Amino acid sequence: MIIIGERINGMFNDIAEAIKNQDPTAIQEWAVKQLEAGSHYLDANVGPAVEDSPEVMKWLVEVIQDEVDAPVCLDTTDVEAMEAGLEVHEGTAMINSTTAEQEKLDAILPLVKEYDAEIIGLAMDKSGVPKDAATRTEKSMQIIANADAHGIPMENVFIDPLILPVNVAQPHAPEVLATIQQVKKLADPAPKTVLGLSNVSQNCNNMKLINRTFMAMAMAVGLDAGIIEANDEDLIDTIATAEIILNNDVYCDSFLEQYRK
Amino acid sequence: MAVEIPKEKWGGQVNEVTIGATEEDGGTRTSTVTVGGSTTLPCLSFEGENPNKAVVAIEILDEEPQDWPQPLVDVWGDVYSDPAEWAKKAVDEFGAELLAIRLTSANPVRQDRSPAEIAETVKEVLDAVGVPLIVIGCGDAEKDNEVLKEVAQETEGENLLIGFAEEDNYKTIAGACMIHGHTLIAQSPVDVNIAKQLNIQLTDFGIDNDQIVIDPLVSSLGYGMEYSYSVMERARLGAIRDDKMLCMPMINFIGDEAWGVKEPDTPEEENPGWGEQDTRGIMWETMNASTVLQSGADILVMRHPKAAENVNKFAAELVE
Repeated sequence: MIIIGERINGMFNDIAEAIKNQDPTAIQEWAVKQLEAGSHYLDANVGPAVEDSPEVMKWLVEVIQDEVDAPVCLDTTDVEAMEAGLEVHEGTAMINSTTAEQEKLDAILPLVKEYDAEIIGLAMDKSGVPKDAATRTEKSMQIIANADAHGIPMENVFIDPLILPVNVAQPHAPEVLATIQQVKKLADPAPKTVLGLSNVSQNCNNMKLINRTFMAMAMAVGLDAGIIEANDEDLIDTIATAEIILNNDVYCDSFLEQYRK
Repeated sequence: MAVEIPKEKWGGQVNEVTIGATEEDGGTRTSTVTVGGSTTLPCLSFEGENPNKAVVAIEILDEEPQDWPQPLVDVWGDVYSDPAEWAKKAVDEFGAELLAIRLTSANPVRQDRSPAEIAETVKEVLDAVGVPLIVIGCGDAEKDNEVLKEVAQETEGENLLIGFAEEDNYKTIAGACMIHGHTLIAQSPVDVNIAKQLNIQLTDFGIDNDQIVIDPLVSSLGYGMEYSYSVMERARLGAIRDDKMLCMPMINFIGDEAWGVKEPDTPEEENPGWGEQDTRGIMWETMNASTVLQSGADILVMRHPKAAENVNKFAAELVE
């Protein structure tokens, strides 16, 4: 499982404050903490309180990579901010994200190619999040076909089938699972799949239980990556266990400790 | 139509492990042996590296063997009551680059030799030849702890390859290897899960990751070799997928297994359908070793020089 730590996001107050005051302390603390918990990438999102601008994204990438040696998942809808982040980023960045809208694909995919980055493609377009797996798969195919036309290797494409909260959009969860299964069959080698996991439990009771249960279910149908709460110990235990049950890692009695090494 | 060769991208590497130490490194060996280092499956050098060829070791005992099949008596009978002479013959006459000595005389139900006597024999063998040495106990856990500890101490700095550490008995021997600068064989009973767990225990205990060699306990051809074969394949896949607790090189005691079953030990008169006993035994050992070579064996410990020569040739061809 490719773990993308979700915590450096302006929707959390400490990060919003840090960005507003240009004080990197909280951001760098979370960078270290999430990597120690096993993250491979660090998501970076300016959040709703501050305007998404090239300067802010550039600053965010720099303060993260000044502190830690890890790739950043640039989480913005602003193409200029994205490009500013890519310019200063060291190593292979992940772009979060594009939808299947043609203008978006035409704007972002050349950047993906130019910076040899990875791209998250959301299985939707301007008409919003599809209701069923078939439409999600169709949107995924549009992203895949466009990525291929730009010469982007399939292993750099991450399809996000878009999970919604189970309390208000319950029928979506099984559709998302079916989408993951179908997306893995759209190309050979297959594109990767990713979820913004915490969405599934927004404003629900027992959020962490819902997150880790859905994680195990999604892994069983082929999920490759998750933007997750990396410091949720039980969630990491669930991932480690699912990796064993899927025969991705060789079982040993210390499999929980071993997964974290 | 252009044909594109499919290449797997592996992210891991088998550890490179060296056995023996020359004067520079605090030992007395005139040569050392390095195995491992692979970043791909055996033979598939088009998609990764197999920098070191698999090595064949000749196995000797520290006493005259009992009930060995005739082909082995024919080749070693003149020297096998003297371990130093036996070692010399293996190296000088048959070109062994690595030697294994099995300390069967320590066995309490046999000669029950003392740790001091046995350490003396090991030193005599070290004096007789310049190649690196593998040292294996008699199989009695309690006695082996005493004997191997003494041997490790008396041969400090030689970087022997010593076995066996097992899941429920590793602390004495692992501690001795750590203190006296030797490499350790971790043996597990044809079980990749236990192999991995034992390596975790050993590294937690303080042994360096590249001071361990895995013995997955191979069985003889015709007697369950396929179980060991698939365990080894799984371990090797783990290594090149970057599982740090499975990235140790692997050793197989082929000779002990291959010559321990009835096929190499039955005279032609008793079973004419099996053909000549001489060629049969050599081929039995050769086939056994060359098969596991393809599942990732790095060190093959063998008994018949002709079989060893066959496998050496095959191993060299595979890395070409």
